[in-house]
Amino acid sequence: MTIRERRHLRNGLLFCAPWLIGLGVFTAYPVLASLFYSFCDYSVLQSPVWCGTENYRQMLSDTVFWLSLKNTLVFALLSLPAGTIVALALAVLLNTEVRGMPMFRTIFYLPSIVPMVASAMLWMWIFNGQFGLLNCALHPVLGVFGLQPPGWLGDPTWAKPALALMSIWGVGNSMVIYLAGLQNVPKELYEASEIDGASTWRRFWHVTLPMISPVLYFNLIMGIIGTLQVFATVFVMTGGAEGNPARSTLFYALYLFSVAFYDLRMGYGCAMAWMLFVIIIVLTVTATKLTEKRVHYAT
Amino acid sequence: MTRSVICVAVSVFLCGGCRPPADGKVHIRYWEKWTGAEGAAMQEVVDRFNESQQHIVVEYLATSSVDRKTLIATAGGDPPDVAGLYLQNVFSFADCAALTPLDDFIRKEGETPAQWLQRYYKVFAAMCTYRGTVWALPSTPATTALHWNKRLFREAGLDPERPPRTLEELDAFAEKLTKRDPKTGAITQLGFLPQEPGWWSWAFPAWFGGRYWDGTNITIGTDPHNLAAYQWVSSYTKKYGLDQIRAFSSGFGNFASPQNPFMSGKIAMVIQGVWMDNFINQFAPGLEYGVAPWPAVYPGEDNFTVADCDFLVIPHGAKHPRAAWEFIKYVSSINPHAKSEAELQGMELLCYRQKKISPLRQWSPFFEQHHPHRYIQVFRQLAQSPNAIFIPKFGIWEEYRRELNSVFENARLLIIPNAQALAFCQRRVSASWQWHCESLARHGGGHP
Repeated sequence: MTIRERRHLRNGLLFCAPWLIGLGVFTAYPVLASLFYSFCDYSVLQSPVWCGTENYRQMLSDTVFWLSLKNTLVFALLSLPAGTIVALALAVLLNTEVRGMPMFRTIFYLPSIVPMVASAMLWMWIFNGQFGLLNCALHPVLGVFGLQPPGWLGDPTWAKPALALMSIWGVGNSMVIYLAGLQNVPKELYEASEIDGASTWRRFWHVTLPMISPVLYFNLIMGIIGTLQVFATVFVMTGGAEGNPARSTLFYALYLFSVAFYDLRMGYGCAMAWMLFVIIIVLTVTATKLTEKRVHYAT
Repeated sequence: MTRSVICVAVSVFLCGGCRPPADGKVHIRYWEKWTGAEGAAMQEVVDRFNESQQHIVVEYLATSSVDRKTLIATAGGDPPDVAGLYLQNVFSFADCAALTPLDDFIRKEGETPAQWLQRYYKVFAAMCTYRGTVWALPSTPATTALHWNKRLFREAGLDPERPPRTLEELDAFAEKLTKRDPKTGAITQLGFLPQEPGWWSWAFPAWFGGRYWDGTNITIGTDPHNLAAYQWVSSYTKKYGLDQIRAFSSGFGNFASPQNPFMSGKIAMVIQGVWMDNFINQFAPGLEYGVAPWPAVYPGEDNFTVADCDFLVIPHGAKHPRAAWEFIKYVSSINPHAKSEAELQGMELLCYRQKKISPLRQWSPFFEQHHPHRYIQVFRQLAQSPNAIFIPKFGIWEEYRRELNSVFENARLLIIPNAQALAFCQRRVSASWQWHCESLARHGGGHP
C-alpha cells in the first residue's frame, strides 16, 4: 500500500468513524449486552449475576407470558389481514385516473402522520361505549335486531378487535408502498389480458397481484414485525401496562416493559426480548417459505 | 496551531460540566415528579431553602416518570442528589441497594432513627423504614376517604349530612342513589362503584380484614377475608348488571376533567384522596360534597383509610449526600409558631400550598386553623387512625399489585370464580416471592 493509498484509507475510516462508533456503542453493544443479561439475574441497579438459562426456563412456565404471546398473535391475526386488505384496496383506488388524485392520496395518507398518542386519544372517544361515534352509528342498526353495540375497550371480548380496527387507521405507509408497486406494473400486461378477454377481477388476480407480490411480501414481513411489537397505542388506550380489561390487551411488549421496568427484572425482560426476536425470525422464515412460490421478482 | 486550538476546544467541551460553580456553593440536583401548582409549591420551598443558608443551592427539575429516570441514572452512576419517589419505589429500590441509608445522617443530628421518626404519624413513620433502616423521608402524604355528593343524597331522600358508616349502609345508600331510565332501564346515575376510580382495589382485602402475607408466606389465596372482599366487588356487577355498568361507565371522562363521574354527578360516592378538593375547586367549583372515613366492614373497625406518601431519597452514588440531607432535613422541618402564611416553613409550606395534610404530628397554629382544605381535619384524623394501612413492604409489590388488579378485574367482570382467581394469584406471587428471596441471596443480601 502506497503512502497515498494509506492516507486515503485513513481518511475514509475517519469519515466512517462517527457512524461506526455510533453503531457499535448505541446498537451493537446494547444488543450483545442484552443477550448476556438474558442469562443473568439483573435488576439494572445491581451488577448482573449469571444464572444460566433460568430466565428462559421460567418463561416456559410463566402463564402470563403465554397469555401475552397469545394476545399478541391474536391481535396480529386480526390486524395484519385487515390492514393489508384495506391498504391494498386504497392503493388500487388511488391508482385510478381521477381528477384531484394527489389531493386524495394526501388525505388518505394524513392519518399516518398524526402522532400516535393523539390518534390513540381520538380513537378512545370513537370507541366510547356511551357517546362514541362508532356506537352512535351502530346503535340504530343493531337496534333493529334487538342487539346492543359492544363496550369496545371496556369489554375483554372486544378490546383486541377494537385495537385491530384502530390499527387500520395507520395503513398510510403501506398504502404508499403498494401504490408505488402498482405503478410499476407494465401497462402492456393489462392490455394483453384485456385482449384475451380477462375481467377486471381476473386482471387483478392474475396480473396485478403476481406483479406486486414482492411488495406484498415486504409489507407482510414488516407487518409481522410491527404488530408483534405493538406498545404505545395500547399503553395509552388501556391506561398503562396492565392490559386492561382483565389482561385482554396485555401484549408481549407491555408485559416485557412491566417486568423490566416495574418489577426491576431486567434479565427476564432481556430474555423475553430475545425470545421475541426468535419468534419474529421463525414467523418471517415461515412466511418466506409459504410465499416462496407466489412471490415473483422481475428478472 | 490549528491542532492546539482543536485540542483546547475539545478539552473545554469535555470538561465544561466538571468545573465547580462560580459561586463556590455546592449545587445539588433534585428530581421531582411535580409540575403545575404542585411543582410551584415545591419550587417555593426550594427557593426558601436556598435563601436560608449560604452553602448549598438546590436545583429543582420537574421530571416525568421520575422513578424510571432515577432508576436509569442510578444504574448509570450519575443519579440526582435528591429524588422524589413514590412509596412503592422505596422498597424495591432499597432491595437493590439503590438508596443511601439515612440512619447515619439522623444520628449526626443527635437523635436515633426511632426518635427522629417519632415526629411523624405512625403510619408515615412506618413507611420510611424497611428491613430496619430508614431509606426515605416524607415530602407530602395523603390519606383517602369516602367523598359523597350532598345534592344527590338530598334528591334520593337521604340525609345529606349523614354518610354511610358501615358496609351495609354503603350498599343500601348506593341502591337508593342509583337511577335508571324508565324506558330503557339503562343506568343514569350510580350510588357507588368499586372500580371508580379503582386505584385502591388492592386495599379491599385489607379493608375486609384480610392479609397479604403472614411474614413468611403469601396468604392472598388462603385468607377467607380476601375472598369476601372480591365477592363484595362481584356483588355490584351482579346487582346492577355487567352490560349496563359497562355502558354507563364507558361515558366517564378523565379523572382531571369536568367529565369526572363524581364531579359530573354520575356517581354519588367515591373513595378519593386529600387532593380531590383541588380538582373539585378546578372542575366543579360549586359541588356540594362531604368527606368521611371508609365505611366500616366490621363493627368497631372505624376510621379505615389507605395512606400514601411521596418520599425524598438520596440515590446511591449521589455526589453530595451531605448537602442532600440538609435539604431533606429542611423539607422535614416546620416553624411551630407560624401565625401567618409568610411564616410557614418547609413541610407545612409545601403541604399548605398543595392543600394536603402534614405527616408531622405537630401542626403550627396557622397551618391548623387556616388550612385551605375545608375537610383537612377528617384526613388528619384518618392519618392518626390505628386502621390506617399502606402497601405491604415488599420488594415485589409492583408485581403483587398487578396480580391483585387482575383478581379485581376478574371479580368485577365475573370472568372466573373469585376463589379460582385468588388461587392463581397465590401461586404466581408465591413463585415470584421465592424467586425474589433467591435473587437477594444471590446478590449478597438476606431474606427480607
